[in-house]
Amino acid sequence: MDTLQTLILGFLGVVIVNNLVLTKFLGICPFLGVSGRIDMAFGMGLAVTFVVTLAGTLTWIIDHGLLMRYESLVVLRYVAFILVIASAVQLVEMYVRKFFPPLYQSFGIFLPLITTNCAILGLCLFLNLWAVESLLEAVVLSFGAGIGFTLAICIMAGIRENLLLADVPECMKGAPITLVTAGLLTLAFMGFAGMI
Amino acid sequence: MANDTNTKMKVFSAGFWRENPVLILLLGMCPTLAVTTGVNASLTMGLTVIFVLTCANIVVSLMRNLLKPHIRILMFTLTISTFVTIADLVLKAYLPDMSDKLGPYIPLIIVNCLIICRAEACASKSPIGTSIIDALGMGLGFTATLVALGAIRELFGTGKLMGFEILHTTANGGWYTPWAGMIMPVGAFVTLGLMLAGVNLVNRKLESKK
Repeated sequence: MDTLQTLILGFLGVVIVNNLVLTKFLGICPFLGVSGRIDMAFGMGLAVTFVVTLAGTLTWIIDHGLLMRYESLVVLRYVAFILVIASAVQLVEMYVRKFFPPLYQSFGIFLPLITTNCAILGLCLFLNLWAVESLLEAVVLSFGAGIGFTLAICIMAGIRENLLLADVPECMKGAPITLVTAGLLTLAFMGFAGMI
Repeated sequence: MANDTNTKMKVFSAGFWRENPVLILLLGMCPTLAVTTGVNASLTMGLTVIFVLTCANIVVSLMRNLLKPHIRILMFTLTISTFVTIADLVLKAYLPDMSDKLGPYIPLIIVNCLIICRAEACASKSPIGTSIIDALGMGLGFTATLVALGAIRELFGTGKLMGFEILHTTANGGWYTPWAGMIMPVGAFVTLGLMLAGVNLVNRKLESKK
């Protein structure tokens, strides 16, 4: 029972309270770059969720099974993490290209760039920083981080679709108004901070 | 020869305004937003990025003829992560407090789009001299923007600059009530948004004058 409670609280925490995009500023580039249309944002969110779950789990296993066992190997941590993430992204890229060609076209450069999405490496580092002890918890937290990213990017895409119709001052169009909107969204999400 | 120095100056100065990585190209946003709660943190982050960017550009430029297209991003990130590991260990050894404060954002330089963009756009195509100049220009432009943003946020958020009190806060019997929102994530997003709007305004004015 206790483990279940920890898992549920951890999941909610990483989705809402510690949302990687809105409170830790990770994955801002796709958050600003792909959030123009809601269907693309959702596809991107799913791709990131898949990669982050895979990468978070694998890096946790490598970190605990190999790197932490031998003191001198810890310096290899970042290099190992990057290799795991890059391979996971390659897998996703091949899969999407084979089965969803239109989606593959619309992602363009942003799909391989998931490799360099800070949300993914960030989560792998946070798993280490939060001293996650069990494999199950690592899996749940990684999955939660992906869901949190999808949530944030979809909300943002919804707002931006409506912003197209709004009368925004000329100099604020594009990135500035998106950033200010993101700021207000962050303010809203800060309200959840007392929840857990 | 004069022409050569001229192009070099152009490459160097591009990072400051015309192609400023943060304000115009919108690269490297994560550290920009996350660590600019104060001038000191911004400066440390900026200098670390300059170090990593320069070293990575040199190595990428040296091996540019060996790169195969499909593994280039992997090669870039591996090169970058090597230098980030060095920088991280140096910071841990000499500035442990700052290293704690910046936390995961130092290792996250590995996936900073600015560095990968420069490796891709400049270092993998140009000789080593141009790569170094480009890295220094871009890095200094990045640092300058970060420090400016950090100064604004620290000044309004705490009334201090680099730890010295500039605006007399009410806590010390003055008139200024620190605006905590500036230190929080909201302040980062909104300040940067307004800064970008300002840059847009200035650029439009400059263009209409031409």
